[in-house]
Amino acid sequence: MSVLREKLENSNDVVFTAEFPSVDGGGMASVERNAARLAPWFDAVNATDNPAAHAHTSNTTTAIAMKMYGLEPIMQIVCRDKNRLAIQSDMMGASLHGITNLSLLTGDDVTAGDEPEARRVFDIDSAQAINIARILGEGKYLSGRPIKPAPDFYLGAVENAAAPPFDYRIQRALKKYRAGAKFLQLQICFHPDRLEAFCKGVAEVAPDLKLIPTVVLVKGAKGLGFMNDKVPGIDVPVSFLARVQKASDPSVEVIKLTLELARHALTLPGVRGLHITDFRHDDSLDSFMNDLGRTPKRQTTNR
Amino acid sequence: MLKKLLPFVEHALKAPVWDCRMCGQCVLHSTGMTCPMTCPKTLRNGPCGGVRENGHCEVIPEMQCIWVKAYDRTISLPLPKVWKQHYNELRPPVDMQLQGTSSWVNLVTKRDQQVPGGWSVQGSEH
Repeated sequence: MSVLREKLENSNDVVFTAEFPSVDGGGMASVERNAARLAPWFDAVNATDNPAAHAHTSNTTTAIAMKMYGLEPIMQIVCRDKNRLAIQSDMMGASLHGITNLSLLTGDDVTAGDEPEARRVFDIDSAQAINIARILGEGKYLSGRPIKPAPDFYLGAVENAAAPPFDYRIQRALKKYRAGAKFLQLQICFHPDRLEAFCKGVAEVAPDLKLIPTVVLVKGAKGLGFMNDKVPGIDVPVSFLARVQKASDPSVEVIKLTLELARHALTLPGVRGLHITDFRHDDSLDSFMNDLGRTPKRQTTNR
Repeated sequence: MLKKLLPFVEHALKAPVWDCRMCGQCVLHSTGMTCPMTCPKTLRNGPCGGVRENGHCEVIPEMQCIWVKAYDRTISLPLPKVWKQHYNELRPPVDMQLQGTSSWVNLVTKRDQQVPGGWSVQGSEH
């Protein structure tokens, strides 16, 4: 049972998704705490897979733990750390624990992380990973060996609307769509014009591909600068940086800017929701969601 | 004899021009005569999300993203139309068993078209 699928495929509701903080210790209590904080606002939350090439608690076990505390996971699998065998076993492991939503992505390179000396795998790429997940969902492994009954997956992928080659990004999104992706969570984007061109282009050819653009909550100009300098594929226009820097309260101004980006994104064709990455970890998430017109839902725990 | 000689000849010819990595399943013609195996992530189906604002690689900042190059070349080079159409195809995972063998031989014997038993591609952009 996937609430995300239910909402995206059988309703016109706007969905909100987020990133679950990486688990590095703190045990189940930390998972419970974060689940309680996110559950009122989000329909489903990403269980990440060694984000930014840093080792953390695994994607599958994090997704299982989230589910225990009533939070619907979107389990990410990246191609950097695992070969095609391990990726298929990740998918089957997810299915064993009733995890339906998968998001398949390339992943940052090992050189982006704190263990750049590691071997990079990339045995398959993200489009191939989506296609393999679809094949599993049709009842066989990549080798052709049957799986009975077939696992039930709701497949997603990621695309960066704002990175070159711009025109080709639409084609690549469509390639993932043909491979089996039903929804796309888009990379953080500070170029409304590029996002608009991308969403229009995709919606024209694949109107039933659900687009979920991402906005990021950062603390101020420094956070924006970090995004621009350190996160591969993200460019922050100078005008945005200057606007936040010059503001009397940069911390407030950056939220204002993010709200503008979020509201614009929600008006675009094909857009069915918003993904929120929170690097502030303060109470601004609640006010941000309120400003977007969301009301918190009561939490239900199905342990 | 020929089986041993051909990979040597192929590498000698293709390495200086395309930085050929001898994957044994050449797709140069469908990627704007740009070798995807020179991508640090060896991506066969398009660029990752980490391409820099100047079109350069996330991993090797001084190198143009091979998929930016492939896209430009697919549009601008006078390649046969059918090759251009191949550009958006979903290419299957690399067959590691072919590493180091001659893609010319594998093309003739159609060994390079063998895919895992479960592999299938739905729809088509043509």
